[in-house]
Amino acid sequence: MALDKSDVDKIAHLARINIEEQDTQAYLQNITSILGLFDQMQEVDTTDVEPLAHPMDAIQRLRADDITEKNQRELLQSVAPAIEDGLFLVPKVID
Amino acid sequence: MFSKTIAQLSQGLKTGEFSSSEITRSYLDQIAAQDSKYNSFITVTPELAMAQAKAADETIGAGNAHAMTGIPIAHKDIFCTKGVRTSAGSKMLDNFIAPYNATIIEKFNAVQSVSLGKTNMDEFAMGSSNENSYYGAVTNPWGDNRVPGGSSGGSAAAVAAQLAPGSTGTDTGGSIRQPAALTNLTGIKPTYGRVSRFGMIAFASSLDQAGPITKTAEDAAMMLNVMAGFDAKDSTSAQTAVDDYTATLNQPLKGLKIGLPKEFFSADLNPQIAERVQSALKEYQALGAELKEISLPNTALSIPAYYIIAPAEASSNLSRFDGVKFGYRCENPVDLEDMYKRTRGEGFGTEVKRRILVGTYALSEGFYDAYYKKAQQIRRLIQQDFVNALKEVDVIMGPTTPQPAFKIGEKTADPIDMYMEDIYTLSLNLAGLPGMSVPCGQVDDLPVGLQIIGNYFAEQRLLNVAHMFQQATDWHTQTAPGL
Amino acid sequence: MQWEAVIGLEIHAQLATKTKIFSGASTAFGAEPNTQACAIDLALPGTLPVFNIKALEMAVMFGTAIDAEISKTSVFDRKNYFYPDSPKGYQTSQLFYPIVGLGELDITLADGSIKTIGVTRAHLEEDAGKSLHEKFADMSGIDLNRAGTPLLEIVSEPDMRSAEEAVAYAKKIHGIVTSLGICDGNMAEGSFRVDCNVSVRHKGDNKLGNRTETKNINSFRFIEKAIKGEIIRQIEILEDGGRINQETRLYDADKDQTRTMRSKEEANDYRYFPCPDLLPIVIEDDYIEAIRNNLPELPDARQQRFIDQYKLSEYDAVNLSADKALAGYFESVVKECSDAKLAANWLLGEFAKQLNQSNTSIDQSPVTASELALLLTRIKDSTLATNGAKQVLEALWRKEGEVDAIIDSKGLKQVTDTGAIEAIVREVVSNCDKQVQQYIAAEPDKRGKMLGFFMGQIMKASKGKANPGQVQALLVPILDELC
Repeated sequence: MALDKSDVDKIAHLARINIEEQDTQAYLQNITSILGLFDQMQEVDTTDVEPLAHPMDAIQRLRADDITEKNQRELLQSVAPAIEDGLFLVPKVID
Repeated sequence: MFSKTIAQLSQGLKTGEFSSSEITRSYLDQIAAQDSKYNSFITVTPELAMAQAKAADETIGAGNAHAMTGIPIAHKDIFCTKGVRTSAGSKMLDNFIAPYNATIIEKFNAVQSVSLGKTNMDEFAMGSSNENSYYGAVTNPWGDNRVPGGSSGGSAAAVAAQLAPGSTGTDTGGSIRQPAALTNLTGIKPTYGRVSRFGMIAFASSLDQAGPITKTAEDAAMMLNVMAGFDAKDSTSAQTAVDDYTATLNQPLKGLKIGLPKEFFSADLNPQIAERVQSALKEYQALGAELKEISLPNTALSIPAYYIIAPAEASSNLSRFDGVKFGYRCENPVDLEDMYKRTRGEGFGTEVKRRILVGTYALSEGFYDAYYKKAQQIRRLIQQDFVNALKEVDVIMGPTTPQPAFKIGEKTADPIDMYMEDIYTLSLNLAGLPGMSVPCGQVDDLPVGLQIIGNYFAEQRLLNVAHMFQQATDWHTQTAPGL
Repeated sequence: MQWEAVIGLEIHAQLATKTKIFSGASTAFGAEPNTQACAIDLALPGTLPVFNIKALEMAVMFGTAIDAEISKTSVFDRKNYFYPDSPKGYQTSQLFYPIVGLGELDITLADGSIKTIGVTRAHLEEDAGKSLHEKFADMSGIDLNRAGTPLLEIVSEPDMRSAEEAVAYAKKIHGIVTSLGICDGNMAEGSFRVDCNVSVRHKGDNKLGNRTETKNINSFRFIEKAIKGEIIRQIEILEDGGRINQETRLYDADKDQTRTMRSKEEANDYRYFPCPDLLPIVIEDDYIEAIRNNLPELPDARQQRFIDQYKLSEYDAVNLSADKALAGYFESVVKECSDAKLAANWLLGEFAKQLNQSNTSIDQSPVTASELALLLTRIKDSTLATNGAKQVLEALWRKEGEVDAIIDSKGLKQVTDTGAIEAIVREVVSNCDKQVQQYIAAEPDKRGKMLGFFMGQIMKASKGKANPGQVQALLVPILDELC
């Protein structure tokens, strides 16, 4: 799978990661070589193999619908970058 | 005192030979004096440690002590610790004072173990050398300018440098076993789901598992006794009953069937390491074990499967680091998109960004089937290999790493070269099986690890197998030069 | 050339659980910002989700209520996208294996005909928080109280052909979820939100046109207006030779028009994959059947019961049974006033008008069922005439007091004393000489039509209090005396 710079730009945008212009080439090379690792997988026939998402065949446990969390806004917001009137502040969101 | 094992310290606390406050103070002083050489701690918490030690001494005095009460240990800086910076080795969380405790921290608090501080690690546990830390590389006490392995490199170096008698680590593809091997320590990655992941900052959710790094298998058993167990806060936590891991340590190994996967002894393996592993296997034969060659045919595929699944999960797990609720936010964002992109561009290091990009790509439209789904199918094949093999043998053994500790900077240029470091370890994470590394000799004065793999929830058996080896050998008692 | 609209709806029903879908924080509406957003809801590093049993039960209730396929294994997936109201950077949803599969339901149209609408699927997911734009100049404030509230997203087939059908379908779903008690149905608070997928094509075409999705419409009236407007907009564009952009639009109720949603302009790639922090939800037949056998009464059954038990017309029964709260209110009123037809007329007439005008839902009605029942009783016992009763209802709406007190204070008591009525009739007749002469001059078979004038004058003179039946009975003989 050959990638070019525009692919890296597209992925970086999807991942919301700013990549400096001078670093793009290095990322492109690294990612291309990592993708090269994946090629050997394609030779394996997995037609009837069920994908394994979790190592155990466990099933989801269910939680009782009881309120266990109390208001801890002050504590939880003590690590926030920007707060006003109990709200997390971000640059203007446009719908 | 610094050469003592956790078991010996526990005995000394019980008999009153010394107090927790005394040993905790000694370790804190040792860290202050020595750690500039290793950089194994990101944050040391002397006041917290001394307060915990004092409380532990009261409990010991009252005769209510648990075996781990008053034992000072270090925690990988991936476990949220309330009121203490929890950085995951990242600039992104340099200012993050965790507002809650990880479950394993709660468990150590409950038995009143003492926390010396938080250890250095590859950023978000992504790495095999501990060079990917915002807080700088860690030096292996065994070799000038050698890496301690990663990602739990700080946890391993701290114990190897005798700055703590034991530490916690996490293992997503080998991050406990590989550093343990490279620093002459014992490390165990339990079965997936055995130890709660709640409060452990996620790298790859379906692979991550916490475990101890210690000097001996007995110490590992003591720590795992505290860490293991069901946690209602973690949906993937196992409800299987927990064994007492110290109970059967001395069980004789007569008749133990050891499987040797031929794929683990291929041309890529450093021949001297192969030799050390063979010597260890002879030792096991002397202890009554039988050897049997087996095959894990899909071993080579574990690299591509892992390097799709882990980055894919990571790319999603790390989306929460967006500069809104906690952690780093870039200066003066011009708009929302600028905030996201610069926060994440500046807050994450190169390897983390690389893996997020790879994972994003693997999940993106049109590639899901070819990459992610295919990798999950291969993952099942790899698991089947182990399941089949473990029908015939009790444990599987081989090398932990293909070579001993390499030089800092030696593999940073080529990520693939670094990824190959985990060739023998990461298939276990894909399968969810437990695995250990125990010291089995040295190559060019650098430690070599023997990997022991067991069936699901067979931690008790693994620790027994490791302990009996350590009763018969003294590789694990050897310390880094100069200590 | 005739155009045809093709409409499908995606309805987001907030499930009426006490806590979030993956955390133990409260879902109550209207709390102070971020006081109901716990560490898990804020996606703090290391936090993990655990699934709420009630959310599962409610989803299965809905599935069994519409006789849909229920998946015995369903899986949570992650939908990855960055938005400040999405704290994890992904929404946990169900793409590949939703809990509820294919189903269908019947809607009754205005002409009494029945149409079957397909339900493609219904899946569980988590709600997002809210962005508040007005409060700050260049910033938005994020409130994550709503983040993690369980949603059932109910996706229809594109089976509807008009705004009226879409509204009938939406009301039907609303009636089902409120009857089941799995959603409070409060549209003003966002508990029941509707996204409308609209396209148009030439009648007879099989191919679908490009569609637009108009999001988050929060009243049935707006659904109708938004769809009607969107159909006209699309037809105008196509008739001018343009093409429809496949896009997301927002309905602006103030301007009664839709506009492009700017944040959704770029094509998204959500990189769905199974959530590794959650395991597959596996349920048994017994569980599904137990839920099916314990379903509360549904609107269709209730409708039939209203016809059988209260002898209501089909039209009244449909309209009174759809909404559980209205149905309950109706039955309370009937219980106290024992006149189902009268109660139906008032609830669907004057009472509905009051609700509409004040934009109030039935459960927030200022007039209790007992008050309305008493009002209707006062009509039945001839204390009130219709006009007076309307005035009493208005006064009750304004909370002016109790029924009988209002009747007294406003002097609305109907006059039934024959002598008093006769006096008024005679007085009016004597004051309308001209009309009396016309009456006398008219052919006897034309005279009936002329009574209306006299009735009107008499009711006016009595301030609406004279009993109309008695007036009519007295009027004709009095006029005939003059002939």
